[in-house]
Amino acid sequence: MHTIAGMVLKRIALGVLTIVMISFLISVGIEALPGDVAQAILGQTATPETVAAFRRELKLDLPFYVRYFSWLQDFSRGDFGISLANGRPVAQMIGWRFSNTLFLAAVAGVISVPLSLLLGMLSALYRNSWFDRMISTITLTTISFPEFFVAYILIAVLSVQINLFPSISNLNESMQFWQKLHIIILPCLTLTLAVFAHMMRMTRAAIINVLSSPFIEMAELKGLKRSRIIVHHAFPNALSPIITVIVLNLAWLIVGVVVVEVVFVYPGLGQLLVDAVSKRDLPVVQASGLIFAATYVTLNLTADVLAMITNPKLRNPK
Amino acid sequence: MSKLKELEEMLSRGRISRREFLIRSSALGLTAALSPALLGTPAHAQKPKKGGRLRQGLGECSTTDSLDPGLIPAAMPRNIDWQVRNNLVEIDYKGNAIPELAESWEATPDAAKWAFKLRKGVQFHNGKSLEAEDVIFSVDHHRKKDSKSAIKGIVEQIKEMKTDGKQTVIFTLEGGNADFPSILADYHLPIVPTGTAGAEWEKGIGTGGYILVSFEPGVRALTRRNPNYWKEGCAHFDEVETIGIADVTARTNALMTGQIDCMNQCDLKTVHLLKAKPDIQVIQVTAARHYTTAMLCDIPPYNNNDVRLGLKHAIDREQILKAILRGYGSLGNDQPIGPSYRFHATPSELPQRKYDPDKAKFYLKKAGMEGHVFKLHAADAAFAGAVDTAVLYSEQAAKAGIKIEVVREPDDGYWSNVWIKKEWCMVYWNGRATEDGMFSISYAADSNWNDTHWKNERFNKLLKTARAELNDAKRREMYVEMQCIASDDSGNIIPMFADIVDAASTKLKFGPIGAQFELDSSRNTERWWFA
Repeated sequence: MHTIAGMVLKRIALGVLTIVMISFLISVGIEALPGDVAQAILGQTATPETVAAFRRELKLDLPFYVRYFSWLQDFSRGDFGISLANGRPVAQMIGWRFSNTLFLAAVAGVISVPLSLLLGMLSALYRNSWFDRMISTITLTTISFPEFFVAYILIAVLSVQINLFPSISNLNESMQFWQKLHIIILPCLTLTLAVFAHMMRMTRAAIINVLSSPFIEMAELKGLKRSRIIVHHAFPNALSPIITVIVLNLAWLIVGVVVVEVVFVYPGLGQLLVDAVSKRDLPVVQASGLIFAATYVTLNLTADVLAMITNPKLRNPK
Repeated sequence: MSKLKELEEMLSRGRISRREFLIRSSALGLTAALSPALLGTPAHAQKPKKGGRLRQGLGECSTTDSLDPGLIPAAMPRNIDWQVRNNLVEIDYKGNAIPELAESWEATPDAAKWAFKLRKGVQFHNGKSLEAEDVIFSVDHHRKKDSKSAIKGIVEQIKEMKTDGKQTVIFTLEGGNADFPSILADYHLPIVPTGTAGAEWEKGIGTGGYILVSFEPGVRALTRRNPNYWKEGCAHFDEVETIGIADVTARTNALMTGQIDCMNQCDLKTVHLLKAKPDIQVIQVTAARHYTTAMLCDIPPYNNNDVRLGLKHAIDREQILKAILRGYGSLGNDQPIGPSYRFHATPSELPQRKYDPDKAKFYLKKAGMEGHVFKLHAADAAFAGAVDTAVLYSEQAAKAGIKIEVVREPDDGYWSNVWIKKEWCMVYWNGRATEDGMFSISYAADSNWNDTHWKNERFNKLLKTARAELNDAKRREMYVEMQCIASDDSGNIIPMFADIVDAASTKLKFGPIGAQFELDSSRNTERWWFA
């Protein structure tokens, strides 16, 4: 296991470096955009005096490097700062919304991962049958549609026509757990349809790949049931690529769901990021952007570690 | 039967006269004799009932919203602000300034000194009593030197404020302004307790009909009724939940599935489908909001009025009104004082300009500008459908041999980089409560927001004189002349005024609807009730 521990440490160090670099790029990016917080907030009503007053109060008249390094200092101590737009502490704003995003991703994951594994295995079991072809066609279709299209169709059918589920998912603190679950069913369905195909087809492909190896042939000759072969022998050996795909999709479920958040009015981190960018609210953009970056880095690391553990060949690189 | 209902609505809102109503309904072959609308009382003349939780879905929301009144940019924070706070003056549904926290006011004959008497016994949500010093603090928040308030330019006309005892505030202005009370009704100027600063703003302490329970900017606000509300007969709901829904389709869906009870800004492309639903009522009011194209009058070729006139005749207003607003609006006449204003010039005083390709060609020829390619900068950030309007306009102008090239600008940063910077661009204006307000903010030579850089001597002279004139008849003459000057000379091409189109469940009842902003001038929470 020495190699794994070593690898993890190295990757964590690289991850931290990546995050610092990303924070710099975000700052540069926002700086390069035309306008700043003062102009964005005041909009049509901006006058030279009020814009100047805004900037003075938020110390935006200091040069770029000064502002960046002072932010970096605070950030490394865990102080996310306050929002330039409305003076609220960023950690507070983000904390709630990030937990919402995680909640949605978790529920969508809980639905989509077992389902795609199951259907992937079944497709591998009955490969090239009409069942297999039908599943493939359906999932490839749903992944090709843009999420908002799928979302609107689900809303039209399941919410407006048959009033089964709510059409907007405006979560708030006062709701019970089961109420929260009920209100996010449609976005979860949308997200499931979006990530399902990738995981299922990778599962299917990986299993089919393993099925052509000699030890599987041995198991068949021994007379084992096909389903037992797949679940007990093929699947564990195919885990490596499957895990990678699953983890990457989970990362997407956290980071890439802005469109679904907008359509369902779900108070997640993606919508916050978009609003903050359009108002050039740098502390909020930094904090959200870096949380997303950290999520990706961590999940990538997890995927690699798990892939190593489940694949003996990678464990001992000889 | 629905056509008769439509006519009744229009009559009760004063959009048609009773004579018109009779003519139109008899033309439909319907017996209107039994219509309650003719009885002279508003269609919803029941007594308001208390109770219920109002859930409203508002577009125009952002996670960067603040409850600092100087920074309120849009519908959601404005609506919340007027749930929890009041102004000195309120604008009623007819557009008149009526007393709110101020019981009465009087002015010196030159309209330069105003004394406002405050109501007694009004308390803020934190128990503090309303006093004159609170008013001075609230206005000074916008006036002070390092204020970031959006309304700083307007309150600069206040030279001095003094208290005269605990119940009276005296304002001394730089110059006479007969409309000063209307300025105090602006949503940027609610009255807050002295000393409110920093994070205190987000608590929303005020004198309003509802008390703020929680507020997550851009997402949701919850308020509950203030049992101590000083205004009688207002604020009927037990609780109000204001949900920010930026996407219009999501908003419409939420209303149709019953997740919200009312919404603002219907999608004009599908509102006719909403109208067909039996449990939803669509609320349409003529408003002062208008869409314009602004030409910078100090840059050639727009500095030549012949060019401006030529371009004004090259636009087919009726077609644009039908295509872009689906008819939910009225024609514009290149000046901003629309039909909802008191001193709006009638068609006999200022004839409606029509699409006239020959005249357009004539003016451009006179200016020697035929064959010139005019660049029109557009983005949907100006208003929904701005790019379509620009493209349609360029087709219409092509028929007069005028070449207009539509330059698509990014939405982001439109107001910083395109507006008042590019020589010809699309703009929207919300309109103001008074003619002086509208003219001063966008047409006066010295205004920061004069987006055409237009400086007409006669106009500016009349503007100052009319502002201080307290006699309505004399004011009307001056404003009509200013409208004519603006229409014929200014750098604005105004094809249309946009109606406010909101929707609500039929469970909600209300009296006559105000036209300042959406949802009954953003005051629906204190005026409406559940049946």
